[in-house]
Amino acid sequence: MAVLRPAGDFDRSYQQDMSFLRKPWHWVALFFSIGVVATSPYWGTPTIITTANRIGYWIIAVQGLNILTGYTGQISLGQAAFMLVGGYVSALSVTHLGVSTFLALPIAALGAGLVGLIFGLPSLRVKGFYLAMATLAAQFIIPWMTRYTFTDYLGGSDGIIPAPAPHIGDYVFNEPARYLHITLGALIITTFLAANISRSRLGRAFVAIRDNDLAAELLGVNLFGYKLRAFFIAAMYAGIAGALRAHSDQSIGTELGYDLIESILLLGMLVIGGLGTNLGPFLGASFVILLEEFSGFVGRNVAMMMPAEMTPRLLTSFRPIFFGLMLMIFLIFEPRGLAHRWQLFKAAWRLRPFSH
Amino acid sequence: MNWVLVPQAVVTGILNGGVIGLIALGVVMIYKSSEIFNFSQGHLLTLGVFLTWWFAGAKETGDELFNLPLVFAVLAAFIIAALIGFIIERVALRPMAGQPLLSIILMTLGLAQLLEGVINLTFGVQPRSNFPAPFPATESFKIPFSLAFNETIFLRKTLVATFIVAMLGTALLILFFRFTRTGLAMRATAEDHELARSIGISVPRVFGLSWAIAGIVAAAGGVLLAMQIGASPTLSTVVLVAFPAILLGGLESLPGAIIGGIAVGLAQGLVGASSLVVIRNSAAIAPYVLLLIIMFIRPEGLFGQKRIERI
Repeated sequence: MAVLRPAGDFDRSYQQDMSFLRKPWHWVALFFSIGVVATSPYWGTPTIITTANRIGYWIIAVQGLNILTGYTGQISLGQAAFMLVGGYVSALSVTHLGVSTFLALPIAALGAGLVGLIFGLPSLRVKGFYLAMATLAAQFIIPWMTRYTFTDYLGGSDGIIPAPAPHIGDYVFNEPARYLHITLGALIITTFLAANISRSRLGRAFVAIRDNDLAAELLGVNLFGYKLRAFFIAAMYAGIAGALRAHSDQSIGTELGYDLIESILLLGMLVIGGLGTNLGPFLGASFVILLEEFSGFVGRNVAMMMPAEMTPRLLTSFRPIFFGLMLMIFLIFEPRGLAHRWQLFKAAWRLRPFSH
Repeated sequence: MNWVLVPQAVVTGILNGGVIGLIALGVVMIYKSSEIFNFSQGHLLTLGVFLTWWFAGAKETGDELFNLPLVFAVLAAFIIAALIGFIIERVALRPMAGQPLLSIILMTLGLAQLLEGVINLTFGVQPRSNFPAPFPATESFKIPFSLAFNETIFLRKTLVATFIVAMLGTALLILFFRFTRTGLAMRATAEDHELARSIGISVPRVFGLSWAIAGIVAAAGGVLLAMQIGASPTLSTVVLVAFPAILLGGLESLPGAIIGGIAVGLAQGLVGASSLVVIRNSAAIAPYVLLLIIMFIRPEGLFGQKRIERI
């Protein structure tokens, strides 16, 4: 992406060239937006706070998928299953090992990452569409394992086990207004890591694999090693997101929304936001979650106007229709996502009032 | 293993596999002509089922628009399913020509979501058990077999009829590809788009046609499935076992799809005969485990072609 800059704005050092926050006002904007989100419990309504919290952990999951699919080009249909692993690992390590939730988050990331490594193994031999099917296998096998194996610990087929709310001393993060700060803190760390992965040696290797894996191999990129690293990182992010989600809901179970549809939702967020951009996960996750809230709102209101026997079908049909339509519209008209739109907008704004 | 249950499991598995194979066939057809893997096949299938159910007047609310006999209801559903397939190709997938694999996969996934919403909205979310079937579900042939449980193998009549129809449909499709002009045009397009165009084949027409046929195949598979387990919006998830079947057989092979389907059916049946509860519960994932194993041994599937890549 060619970055459009005014005349006379040069980079004088490598640090300057690689920096994300180039101008003092970028720092101001960053701290201002963090401040707005962090203080939202004081000015927001409960809906805003809960939605912000949800968007937070979905962004983390999409960031992981962005590294795997956006940068490395390996399609994954199993991200939600790795979230499930993270949620379970975190909940179990808090309840059975007695560790603090803040320590359980990295444990969950590691656990999910290891499971991700196992399901990344097929990338040794297959790619493209076949690999998508191998990750789809993860999406079926992992929930099956949480349903039918180790039922004493995992709660069995439709079991839900508690994931205790984190606490520091007597301060318990048991409501969204408090929990939001944990999500925000985790999000800042994961964003920092994701941004730095994307501009380091690792990220360049990922992009080389995405653009042409054979050429990358000839250039000396260890294909298998880097693909596995991408799988590991993506699953780690999913694990953190799943753990955050579990402790936010204070429960984790196979039936609580970690299915294929959630994996598709994550891919949809990524594409709507913009593949292979650091801004994409933020825009995509926010857009899709807000779209879901909106479709729920539309569904409830239409259901009130229609006869009662129509209610169940109205409540369940708007979400897939809106999401499917939006995804299709974005794929046809803006396959590079909202992040690209934002670039275009910035460029147009800089050139204002001239169009060229 | 519960050895006395094995003969029954094998027979039922193979019979079930026939339908899975037919469903897989629809996906393989689209893939062969346009290299698009259609994840929305399951929802096309569900749509076909509900259209048939609706045309057959099984709604039982008193205000049925149609009350056609099963055969005509199926034919009407076929026509609509073909039209829907055609429209999908034209509106959703034609603009995606030349896009990367991820975009195309996501397009069909988005389409699946859209279709799911439309099905929920028009036909409701609850399963319907009153799908018209030619035989009652309990009627079955009894075949004496000394090694089986109670020394008999039970063959449900619907299952046998389903298997025969699925095999006939497959044979018909293979004959169509081999002996008709259109089938030849489709095979040529699958081989090379530009070459096909240069000898006067209308490639867009072939794409549209293959989606229309895929719509019919999906509806046919759906009707056969619904005769056994009833019409329900969750049929689209039942169909997910067809995807491993496709890869087992190899993406480009029509007979491979059928054999893959039978292999998947067999795996699911055999798993059910196990004496361990954990393995008995694994019918839903057995196809995927099989898929992972095959992927390590033969990544291109049993009958697929090895691709040579050049930079």
